[in-house]
Amino acid sequence: MSTAPQTLFEKVWQQHVVVEPQGEPTLLYIDLQLVHEVTSPQAFEGLRLAGRTVRRPDRTIATVDHNVPTTLEGRLHIVDQIAATQIATLRKNCAEFGVELYDVDSREQGIVHVIGPELGITKPGMTIVCGDSHTSTHGAFGALAFGIGTSEVEHVLATQTLPQSKPKTFRISVEGGLPLGVTAKDIILAIIGKIGTDGATGCVIEYAGSAIRSLSMEGRMTICNMSIEAGARAGMIAPDDTTFAYLKGRRFAPQGEAWDRAVAEWRKLPTDPGATFDRELVIDAATLVPYVSWGTSPGMVAPVTSAVPDPAKVANELDRKSMERALEYMALQPNTPLDKISIDRVFIGSCTNGRIEDLRAAAKVIAGHKVSAHVNAMVVPGSQQVKAQAEQEGLDRIFKEAGFDWREPGCSMCLGMNPDILSPGERCASTSNRNFEGRQGRGGRTHLVSPEMAAAAAIAGHFVDIRNWEVREEVTA
Amino acid sequence: MQPFKTLTSLVAPLDRTNVDTDQIIPKQFLKRIERTGYGDFLFFDWRQTPEGNPVPDFVINDPRYQGAQIVVAGKNFGCGSSREHAAWALSDFGFRCVIAPTFADIFFSNAGKNGILLVKLSEEQVAQLLHNAQTIPGYQLTVSLEDQTITDNRGFNATFEVDPFRRYCLLEGLDDIGLTLRHADALDAYEKQHDHATWLQAK
Repeated sequence: MSTAPQTLFEKVWQQHVVVEPQGEPTLLYIDLQLVHEVTSPQAFEGLRLAGRTVRRPDRTIATVDHNVPTTLEGRLHIVDQIAATQIATLRKNCAEFGVELYDVDSREQGIVHVIGPELGITKPGMTIVCGDSHTSTHGAFGALAFGIGTSEVEHVLATQTLPQSKPKTFRISVEGGLPLGVTAKDIILAIIGKIGTDGATGCVIEYAGSAIRSLSMEGRMTICNMSIEAGARAGMIAPDDTTFAYLKGRRFAPQGEAWDRAVAEWRKLPTDPGATFDRELVIDAATLVPYVSWGTSPGMVAPVTSAVPDPAKVANELDRKSMERALEYMALQPNTPLDKISIDRVFIGSCTNGRIEDLRAAAKVIAGHKVSAHVNAMVVPGSQQVKAQAEQEGLDRIFKEAGFDWREPGCSMCLGMNPDILSPGERCASTSNRNFEGRQGRGGRTHLVSPEMAAAAAIAGHFVDIRNWEVREEVTA
Repeated sequence: MQPFKTLTSLVAPLDRTNVDTDQIIPKQFLKRIERTGYGDFLFFDWRQTPEGNPVPDFVINDPRYQGAQIVVAGKNFGCGSSREHAAWALSDFGFRCVIAPTFADIFFSNAGKNGILLVKLSEEQVAQLLHNAQTIPGYQLTVSLEDQTITDNRGFNATFEVDPFRRYCLLEGLDDIGLTLRHADALDAYEKQHDHATWLQAK
């Protein structure tokens, strides 16, 4: 074992090396695979055709999230027969191969990246994969977690390993206290805006610094979740007392003596003093503000106090054409102040911002207010457990009284694979992660923001600087 | 998997950056449980209008580029969602090679598993190839994975880097699971010891 100082990533990587064949990628052991209905049917079919089994059903769990409708009636009778078939196929595959499924009627169903942590399945030091790019979310616990394609899903089901080339390491330190009204979402939007959507390609990012350490697990998950939008293979945050406090007592967390032993092991994971990274970036938290995306790529973001940029000022031809195309799609004029952009829809939810803390933050903004007459707003809790917790705290009542739709858990309008979609031309303030053309529905226009900013936009009918918001009623849990 | 050795083909110029997998294959086609038949939906929202009419000047509808097996595009091609359907759609449509300055990681991996060669060239080289494909009728490139070169018959000559193991797998058309199972003994031994790390157990 090497005694040289190591990074968090290197420690996790090293502990999972099965074999390093000469001239080939490292064979990496995978502690946990999360499975959902969309990217798994062809993988199970591949196993079946080759006469293979799932090597470790105990290291595999499944849920339904992408396709499921978010109304009770819609879930009972899924109208889209192709979606219904895909869900039924997952059910059949899980039964046949012995994989535990958190089905649509389970009290623990939810978005795969929300339920892993809340069940205590996600743990520090693990390697975690899923056929979904936002698997990077789980890195908030100090796990190495990354999205894979369906061929790799099949590979992990069959072998519990993946051949992987070692990524580069990139530490992004956010230092100092976060200004009021600036959230984890704003930190990650700022990072993507700064380094670009391919700024961390081939890298695993470690988020560090006092601003990151001061975040809750929900905030850390929001940041790691969008690592992929900066091109990173994964994002990680060192486990600490905040991490352990979140995990303790959860269903699949170790108990009793095993818990103490686990914590002792997890405490060895943080990056050693003196360890070096391939790249480093330091951000002063005091410079951060609330952000709004204005274009069709998550790097196209700007402070809410600024205006839509002007392509005429961009020198590189391909970049200028991309910006012009984005503004045309978004129907925005250069130099329009962002807080003058009026919206039609609000979506609060997704694996980025569909957790209890996100709902609390949004509820605090809207309590005592009403949704603007021209806005249709919805809240989609990330999981059944988030929904139950929110209802216990009375948050559902606050949302409903303000005029929000209160829905059943799922991916919902983040990607519009279910009935929740934007109509052509509709403009949405969304707490999700991607503002690609058509992402939330063909012709739909997505602006990425924090839950607080989305909530305030729902009330005002346009974007507003949350730092100037009047909180009307105290919300107590 | 179909091996990739040398390919000579027409070149389809897609002069856009950050082409994400949502554009390559929109979400509504991800509900299918099959692995084939995605070619008809490739670039669906770009190739046809909401009313279902073809967009005539979109590159894959343009008669000049019919039969092209090579795409040239801007940086960060394949970003976004992990959907392997993007690679399936490109392959099913007939594309076997994409040339761009950079590619997103997950798409890079998915493409390799489907016999699609991704070639990174400089922004300047890509700009030149885009220009050539847009302005020279019948413009063709020859991509040799064996020699790691890209050439045309007008003097363009570029070499490209490729990971040696990836090159070997593409040249031979090898299936990954079979390769991994050569290490079955090492895996059994590792797993037996690793299972003692109870703090890394899922359940």
